[in-house]
Amino acid sequence: MAEAAIDIENLTKDYPYGFLQLKKKRSLEGLTMQVQTGEVFGFLGPNGAGKSTTIKLLMRLIFPTAGSARILGKPISDIAMHRNIGYLPEQPYFYDYLTAEEVLDYFARFHDFSAEERRARVSGMLKKVGLESAGQIQLRKYSKGMLQRVGLAQAILHDPEVVVLDEPMSGLDPVGRREVRDIILELKKQGKTVLFSTHILSDAEMLCDRVGVIVGGKLQGIGAPSEMVGLKAHGMEILFELSGVGESVRAVIAQATRTGDRYRLHVEESDLYAAIEQLHASGARILSVTQVKPSLEEYFMHLVAADRAQAAAVEVSGK
Amino acid sequence: MKRAGIVALNTFREAVRDRVLYNLVFFALVMMIAAILVGQISIDIEDEVMVSLGLSAISIIGLLIAVFIGVGLVSKEIDKRTLYALLAKPLRRWEFLAGKFAGLVLTLTVNTAAMAAGLFLALYYVKHSLQRTDAVVLVAVYFILLKLALVVALAMLFSCFTSPLLAILFTGGLYVAGLFVHEMRGVGSALISPGLAAILRGISYLLPNFENFDVMGAAAHGRSVAGALIAQNTAYAALYSLIVLSVAAAIFSQRNLK
Amino acid sequence: MTFKSYVALLVLVPLGFAGVWDLQKHIDASQSRTEVEDDQVILRSGKLVKAMSLEYAPLMADIYWTRVVQYFGNKHAGKQVDLRLLWPLLDLTTVLDPQLMPAYHFGSMFLSDAPPRGAGRPDLAVRLIERGIQANPDQWRLYYDLGFVYYFDMKDYPKASNAFLEGSKNPHALIWMKIMAAKIAAEGNSTETSVFLWQDVYNTTKDPEIKENAQTHLRLLRSAEDCQQLDALGDQYEKQFGRRPKRISDLVQAGLLRGAPLDPLGYPYTLSEEGKAQLNLDSPLLEKQVMEQRRK
Repeated sequence: MAEAAIDIENLTKDYPYGFLQLKKKRSLEGLTMQVQTGEVFGFLGPNGAGKSTTIKLLMRLIFPTAGSARILGKPISDIAMHRNIGYLPEQPYFYDYLTAEEVLDYFARFHDFSAEERRARVSGMLKKVGLESAGQIQLRKYSKGMLQRVGLAQAILHDPEVVVLDEPMSGLDPVGRREVRDIILELKKQGKTVLFSTHILSDAEMLCDRVGVIVGGKLQGIGAPSEMVGLKAHGMEILFELSGVGESVRAVIAQATRTGDRYRLHVEESDLYAAIEQLHASGARILSVTQVKPSLEEYFMHLVAADRAQAAAVEVSGK
Repeated sequence: MKRAGIVALNTFREAVRDRVLYNLVFFALVMMIAAILVGQISIDIEDEVMVSLGLSAISIIGLLIAVFIGVGLVSKEIDKRTLYALLAKPLRRWEFLAGKFAGLVLTLTVNTAAMAAGLFLALYYVKHSLQRTDAVVLVAVYFILLKLALVVALAMLFSCFTSPLLAILFTGGLYVAGLFVHEMRGVGSALISPGLAAILRGISYLLPNFENFDVMGAAAHGRSVAGALIAQNTAYAALYSLIVLSVAAAIFSQRNLK
Repeated sequence: MTFKSYVALLVLVPLGFAGVWDLQKHIDASQSRTEVEDDQVILRSGKLVKAMSLEYAPLMADIYWTRVVQYFGNKHAGKQVDLRLLWPLLDLTTVLDPQLMPAYHFGSMFLSDAPPRGAGRPDLAVRLIERGIQANPDQWRLYYDLGFVYYFDMKDYPKASNAFLEGSKNPHALIWMKIMAAKIAAEGNSTETSVFLWQDVYNTTKDPEIKENAQTHLRLLRSAEDCQQLDALGDQYEKQFGRRPKRISDLVQAGLLRGAPLDPLGYPYTLSEEGKAQLNLDSPLLEKQVMEQRRK
């Protein structure tokens, strides 16, 4: 079996707080999971759930209270291993007295490139993230979105095997987000492993081979997006217009949701054709019939609500 | 080690692009001109005034840079999070610290050299010739630089585990304490118990002794400084800085960044 | 900004300040504050000031010394100076920088000189110089300063001679130190010695006030010598004619003098009632001579 690109075992992180730092807040508990080579893995979770904490632990910006992790088979304390990983921090900020070109060049110097190769890679990266024309401008003049792109550029400039991105879409307009999505897909095509955190569920659904949902510091669920919400669709939805009202349809439209003259009706797959005939007979004009797929969002909200309820219960009883 | 050098050069570049530094150096040059003018007023001590004023300006400005920017070296990178992406590179934390230290010391060397050049120009302008005895002013400038390097190390140490404001206060306080090492040793046994006096004596040897680097009087009066002292001070500054930076590296290596 | 508002501003701002100025004057008048003399030496403790100066003590010493020169070199014309501040200032200066030679050299001069020019405290001058000698045992010129004070101000010739002797022991000392020691031991007060010492002050200082003072002393010495010589001629005249000469012209007519001699300022000497030579009543030197004699 091929070794996992990222292997996390029982990773736990407590933050001390309060007077004399005696109390502890557990921001991550017993995280155990793996990211396989070549897959795109998404960390999902509400703000403060522990996504950034996990990533910072991986990058050794903070140190675990318990547990361990390995990247590319090496312990995370192995500095040489950092040659093969790229990292985009959350809300990146770089030296504002440097230009984008200078920042990338600076970071590139920590890898063993020849001066020529370094130059080539830097200009290539600037082009790739769409900052070609702004390369000579000092970063202090950059917008948030532009800084995000510089951050992404420095993360992949050295062609790493594993790319870790903390909220890569934040601060970007739809065009920027599209570009980042394309870059991630390109990385996947190149066989790189990508781990990124986000709270934009549609991005996760679109990009990830697997997702991990972290709520309240715990891993609540892990698997392919479709797996997590069940393979089966929950029936069909009929969108129709109704001008008149007849006795026969009243029963039907009582269960439908109405917006102006339009109605949406959920029926089981088996009842679909009967419902269509009935509506047709009542003079309704059918606009569309679609499959109702459960969304990641529903699953997500369900998990968040459950966690909150549990936390409240703990507070009430545990005081 | 080469990676520390990359960080060092970038630190130097940051300092050069920081306009505050230019203002300070400009101020120092103004002081040189003032020294010439003041020299005209004080009859019989023109040379002493020029050297004292010039060295004082170099020392004070150097200290301001060493303390304020020294503290900011680490804390600014943590605050602004510029450090995060950097630590994901194959760069050890202690290499980062070493690079920052070297970068600021390099900056200070350039600044101090520029101001010293200004001082020598002013001296030449007033005296119309420079003698061998004026070389002691160069030694005084070198000692100032040694002292500044040690101050930077201390500033970095404190900024690794306290807030920037506290780091500035501690560094400043330790610097002033280091100027009174002599007093500490000579505290009369009439005032305090012999045990306490012994403890004070011991502490006085451990504190960074900044009195060692004070040769302004000799420079002002053109008296030479023993070559042995130059060697000893260099060794002292190097050794003490190394100790301080090692402790800083140890603390920083364990620090959870926010 | 529109042109109108610009003009309005240009008019209103000066008017406003004029009003402020006027108002402030009224406030000052009603408050009747007394002018505080900025002439104090607030901190007297040398050790305290030295501690506060951190490593900038030599610079502080220069500043204090400049104060001494400003006030006691009479740079502030007509301003009443408090001579009691002289010693504290010099004390501070030499504690801050024990190697500041001018402070000892000219400081002792300011201290030992009689008022209104100096503090008239030769004892403090001796104390100052002895402190300097302790801190700078190789500076033989300090012994010279010491000898100066003993010779001129305290008229203690044995001590003066001793000071010059001690200074002469330094291998770098100039040869005349030994000569001075011997001469003073032998003769006590002598014009030659005095002239030599004041000439040295005149040659070495750059301060115009001190130079002028030295020159005055030299001129007085010169005129004293001239008067002595004239008196000698007067004695001769007496021997010849049985009475003392009444006017300088008497001496000229007797063939003892070729022309009317002038004092260093160009005024002819005159003879007193008793037939002794003296300075011309018009000569400014006379005033200085009176002042010197008052000291004694």
